[in-house]
Amino acid sequence: MLDYVKLLILGLIAICAAIAANFARDLAYQVHAVLVLLIASGLFLWQLRRTDEPVPAAQLQTEYMDGPVRAGAIATAFWGVVGFLAGTFIAFQLAFPVLNFEWAEGYANFGRLRPLHTSAVIFAFGGSALLTASFYIVQRTCATRLWGGNLAWFVFWGYQLFIVLAATGYLLGATQGQEYAEPEWYVDLWLTVVWVAFLLVFLGTLLKRKEPHIYVANWFLLSFIVTVAMLHLVNNMSIPVSIWGSRSVQVMSGVQNAMTQWWYGHNAVGFFLTAGFLGMMYYFIPKQAERPVYSYKLSIIHFWALIFLYIWAGPHHLHYTALPDWASTLGMVFSVILWMPSWGGMINGLMTLSGAWDKLRTDPVLRMMVTSVAFYGMSTFEGPMMSIRAVNSLSHYTDWTIGHVHSGALGWNGLVTFGMLYYLFPKLWNRSGLYSLRLVSWHYWLATIGIVLYAASMWVTGIMEGLMWREVDAQGFLVNSFADTVAAKFPMYVVRGLGGVMFLGGSLIMAYNLWMTVTRGPEVDRAAPSTAAVAAE
Amino acid sequence: MEETYTIMRVFAGSFGLLFMFVAFLGVIFFTFRPGSKRLHAESAAIPFRHDDRPVADVTEGQK
Repeated sequence: MLDYVKLLILGLIAICAAIAANFARDLAYQVHAVLVLLIASGLFLWQLRRTDEPVPAAQLQTEYMDGPVRAGAIATAFWGVVGFLAGTFIAFQLAFPVLNFEWAEGYANFGRLRPLHTSAVIFAFGGSALLTASFYIVQRTCATRLWGGNLAWFVFWGYQLFIVLAATGYLLGATQGQEYAEPEWYVDLWLTVVWVAFLLVFLGTLLKRKEPHIYVANWFLLSFIVTVAMLHLVNNMSIPVSIWGSRSVQVMSGVQNAMTQWWYGHNAVGFFLTAGFLGMMYYFIPKQAERPVYSYKLSIIHFWALIFLYIWAGPHHLHYTALPDWASTLGMVFSVILWMPSWGGMINGLMTLSGAWDKLRTDPVLRMMVTSVAFYGMSTFEGPMMSIRAVNSLSHYTDWTIGHVHSGALGWNGLVTFGMLYYLFPKLWNRSGLYSLRLVSWHYWLATIGIVLYAASMWVTGIMEGLMWREVDAQGFLVNSFADTVAAKFPMYVVRGLGGVMFLGGSLIMAYNLWMTVTRGPEVDRAAPSTAAVAAE
Repeated sequence: MEETYTIMRVFAGSFGLLFMFVAFLGVIFFTFRPGSKRLHAESAAIPFRHDDRPVADVTEGQK
């Protein structure tokens, strides 16, 4: 019966997509409609061939559902390389404008590629990493198989489709112009469907857990899922100009729209890139260090303090704007208070290694995770400082902000995700270890030095251009034109690009190492676990 | 509209704020309650228990 419902739905989607492709008012919408038409028809045929076939025996409840986790781990590595490549290319576009090729104008110039880069690293790389971590951690810490059968597969593929729709949309010019929330209305609606399914899978698994207590990593992951759903719905309130076109108009305008946008934007940092990745930290660092988290009490306080404080920090993006002063002061105060739980969490992560610090010498994967926590500490100190109004008057609109974002995103999110991938690949493909620890060390040093080059050059160029913009002569006239600052920034832009090349090179080494781990990694000694099991009984 | 805003604004600045603050303090004090140390140690060890397969469902096994 369910098979026929699926066929009906897929058929309807395919027909609607065909109609939409015919009536499409712009290129992005038309391309997306054709894409949906192809995918829906393909799935229709696939479903048709399976309909009324004998159903395989009841789902195995004695094993974890690792299929979507494996697919997610591969997608994470893939999107990582794509996102870093796009980032490195646009870094060189800024240094050498000639790379905005004449023949690709309107498709591959900086303005089109920049949202492609940010979404590729945040939502494609980071989002796939979070899906993977959520599905892996919630099963292991609840001692039960994922709830919802193949719903987890729907979440995985649905999210990948969202990524493809968003990315192709940017290149073809479909954007609603809200930073980090660029996808247009129909892509937003699709993400909502996928996200609700994600929430259901996660909650369902929590509800049928065999462990009485819900491990703290799951608290962080659940808060990430719930809050992102709320942010997504509020910041994407828009009305399509036509149901046959990608263009839409925001419901809110002016300062209300700006405040909603940065309430969204900052909490995307807070709950997507922080809470979700902290969930990863609280599982994978104890596992890799082979000892429980330093203080479970501190982790609980870390969680609640972070949740209660983060949601208010957004207005610090709108100092010296039409936003009332009290609102931006509120945002600034909460940002500064936020320093405390952030550092509580950092200390908790680092101190998990107490008594096992020697492992840093032999285990490059653990070194990667610990460095990521150190970068977390550094950027959560820098962030509150930059949110202070006086500091912000210098730093805002300069490259300092971009440097801050990258020390957080590359250092904290990037390195902890690499650590997770190095942990997961041998586990998921039944290998006793990685193909090469030497290559992990290479990756570690390339990535770390790359981030240092990036952050340092952005500090220099950011403060420099901030000072140049505000410099006035004795008569009160501005000394520098904007073009003067652009010219002065050139050497730092080249250094930043080189940092990007190193980070990208490290990720390529990782991709090779993970590939070799799966195809040629050391096999698990099959005899060992069985004797261990006998001994346990 | 204006009226709703005022009501929300007054509530947020008084009882809403008080509720959030008390709830937050409650969570902190509950974490430090006497006798919680053993429970927390047990919770912290969860990641090391079921790495390879889920806990078998007893009722399902009998079917």
